[in-house]
Amino acid sequence: MTDITLSVNGESRTLKDIDPEMPLLWALRDELKLVGTKYGCGIAQCGACTVHFEGNPVRSCSLPVSAAAGKNIITVEGLAKDDQLTALQQAWVELDVPQCGYCQAGQLMSATALLEQNSNPTDDDIDAAMAGNICRCGTYVRIRAAIKQAAKVKRGGAA
Amino acid sequence: MKKQPSNTINLNRRHFLGSGSALILGFTMGCKQEASEVAVSSIKNVSAEVTKGSDEPFISTLFNAWLSINNNGTVTILASNPEIGQGVKTALPMIVAEELDFPWEKVIVEQAPVDPVVYERQVAGGSFSVRSLWDPLRQAGATARAMLTRAAADGWGVNVSDCTATQGLVTNTVTGDSLDYGSLAIKAAQLPVPALDSLTLKSAANFSLLGKRISGVDNRAIVTGQPLYGIDANVENLHFATYTSCPNVGGTLRSSNLDHIKNLKGVKQAFVVKGKGGYGELREGVAIVATSTWAAISAKKRLEIEWDTSAASSDDWSEMHERAKQIISETEGELLHSDGDADAALAKASTTIEGTYSYPFVSHAPLEPQNCTVSVAEGKVNIWAPTQVPARAMQAAAKMFNLDPASVTVHQLRAGGGFGRRLYNDYFLEAVAIALEAAVPVKLQWTREDDMAHDYYRPAGTHGLQAGLDDQGKLTAWKNHYVTYSEDGKEPVRWGAYMESTFPRQLVNNYQVNQSLQRQTIPTGAWRAPISCAFGFVINGFIHEVATAAGKDHRDFMLELLEKDDQIASLFGDPFIPARARDTITEVCKRAGWGNQSIKNRALGLAFYFSHNAYVAEVADVEVMAGNKVKIHKVYIVTDVGPIVNMSMAENICEGGIIDGLSTMARLELDAKAGAVVESNFDQYQMLRMPEAPEIDVHFLQTDNIPAGLGEPTLPPIAGAVVNAIFAASGERVRELPLSRSGFTLA
Ligand code: FES
Ligand code: FES
Repeated sequence: MTDITLSVNGESRTLKDIDPEMPLLWALRDELKLVGTKYGCGIAQCGACTVHFEGNPVRSCSLPVSAAAGKNIITVEGLAKDDQLTALQQAWVELDVPQCGYCQAGQLMSATALLEQNSNPTDDDIDAAMAGNICRCGTYVRIRAAIKQAAKVKRGGAA
Repeated sequence: MKKQPSNTINLNRRHFLGSGSALILGFTMGCKQEASEVAVSSIKNVSAEVTKGSDEPFISTLFNAWLSINNNGTVTILASNPEIGQGVKTALPMIVAEELDFPWEKVIVEQAPVDPVVYERQVAGGSFSVRSLWDPLRQAGATARAMLTRAAADGWGVNVSDCTATQGLVTNTVTGDSLDYGSLAIKAAQLPVPALDSLTLKSAANFSLLGKRISGVDNRAIVTGQPLYGIDANVENLHFATYTSCPNVGGTLRSSNLDHIKNLKGVKQAFVVKGKGGYGELREGVAIVATSTWAAISAKKRLEIEWDTSAASSDDWSEMHERAKQIISETEGELLHSDGDADAALAKASTTIEGTYSYPFVSHAPLEPQNCTVSVAEGKVNIWAPTQVPARAMQAAAKMFNLDPASVTVHQLRAGGGFGRRLYNDYFLEAVAIALEAAVPVKLQWTREDDMAHDYYRPAGTHGLQAGLDDQGKLTAWKNHYVTYSEDGKEPVRWGAYMESTFPRQLVNNYQVNQSLQRQTIPTGAWRAPISCAFGFVINGFIHEVATAAGKDHRDFMLELLEKDDQIASLFGDPFIPARARDTITEVCKRAGWGNQSIKNRALGLAFYFSHNAYVAEVADVEVMAGNKVKIHKVYIVTDVGPIVNMSMAENICEGGIIDGLSTMARLELDAKAGAVVESNFDQYQMLRMPEAPEIDVHFLQTDNIPAGLGEPTLPPIAGAVVNAIFAASGERVRELPLSRSGFTLA
């Protein structure tokens, strides 16, 4: 047990007396009460737990919290600034992407990372970036459409 | 937080629409801001929004169990049924708002309290929510609208016929004056409730909201990661629990290293919970209560348990699968039912066709693993759960643990998928048992491995089919030897029974089903479109074989088979109208360009299925590439489910049913060895992912038939459409699912 300090959504947070082996997923959910990041499989298969670790999408279920010490973590709660949804979140709402919605935090984190690196992704780019995220409800068609719509908005086009 | 109406007052039970006058509830700001003990719910956010910056007392006038009109320009509509991703939390309130004639942007949707007396069937299952609530919800809205109109007319001293009520305003058509609903609510609520037969409901042509694309009411909370789901529940002093029961289903506990477990860091308690109840209830197991989910999971990994498996299941599913084929080739089975004389017709037929079809056991695997949060304090039991049957779960818990039902409150939370899994209350009862014993608030969290090991699986099945054609290529005989499973050797397992009147019964004169049973004891259950989800593949595949043998175009053969014009009684309990089936088939073929395909190794496949009173036709555009790699380019779906409530979710759920069907047919299957399911997580149970998802064209024939639900019936045809396209493209007939078993993989 040890104390670990990390930056979550731009705020420095200290976890007191924490098991360094605890996956970041459970540290976020149980200790920091940031429950937007979801548990689906625990073995880096479904992507429901995706967060950004130093700007890259990672599976927080498979990353010990000790590895996040001193690092910048962004979760789904940290995407919107001052209540202002990002272009992707906006597209998700406009196109009514979610069914149950449980996978969508992870989908958004993967999609956000994609658009940060590639402002005009092709279908193949989308396939590659999103293949790690399972949607059990099967909203893939809409996720693809929402990514394209958000990319267009971000590039300055209308939705 | 604002109190839920039925917690506050005793609604005029049963007849929330029929008699008595409406009730007025007043809330002051202080009362509304009482913090709920639970930090879960969109309800709380909404209430805060309502009161923001206002010292005025907030007055909400309750008209009936679904609807309150507020004095701040909003209306509160309660969604009564569980939201599991099928969209009812948005769709059901839309129906009320339409008939109330109120702007959707000003509607506040709240999840209704669980109250089986008031709401009767608070269930997510059977694609029944919209269908069963269509009339009551329309009446709920129309009743309030009539009362508001009457109140305004009385005030103006004019006839009701001189007033119109639209978009939240009652207008005097003579003077042009108007009043908003909020200002009329208190007066209106005191008027007698009009008789149901005096209400004028809107005709579909006059709908201003229904049929539009409306974004789900929780979408903003979902994309910003707000607490909504069962797994997000939080109460003060919450402890975290895991539960471990025997992997060999039905095994009991002999001994365990509990003393060691209790001393692990973060573990507060560890104890044995005795099994209790019957099917879908409490398994025996070990509970670990800890300071975090991770501490509970880590301790679970260190559990060493010696199980007594003498009474456990010994199922071996791959062996049983092979035996089923043997049973079909060697025996006749027992006669289940017979129309005409199938054997005589087969003997007389100019062509006969045979094929044995099979499909495996599969798991529900909703993405949110089972969980349940329970707090027991001062004689009250509060339960937060992602359940499809909140009322049934509450009753089961009260009965099992001798609790006064009035002391048990179930809070229904958004579920991260259901697919039928959360019709069963095992995890719910485990959580209650643990919280009662531990005497602290507990959130039970199943791991994915628990979820895969302890499901109520979709039963596998094998069908030995025979058909006969006359010299005109007309279907004259249909015979099926169905091999299913049985726990007691007498009755089929749950959801493994033959659906007697399934398609194409009554469309062919000589029709016979025989049945054989194999012993199998791992519990089975309802899996999205139960029975139909598998029969849709078998029947559509075989009909295509028959059409091919007849030398006919598949579409034409289907239309000919469905040429009867009278309705067919009680197919799946609903009358089946062949004309509606023909319309969906004709339209889907038109949209897909049926008959115009000319690309090598690429073809269209057609399938039709009727379930849940929905008519669904699908066409798959499939390419078969080298090495039996299958690329599903596009899927077309046309359904007749009556009028559409929310176009956006209706389309979404059609896409979802198709993706789920493709996912399941591609490579999902479970094996069991010695009564334990082998596959334990998504690495061994690989669902469809983004790169494999086809484009999907969704179209509704919007008829004025009563609306049917969409959550289930869009799934059954897809596997048939795909295997028929594979045959058309490659000449290879797939009779065994998943595709991977038949040597095909998705590209
Ligand atoms: S929970 Fe982390 S990938 Fe599934
Ligand atoms: S929306 Fe349910 S898992 Fe993706």
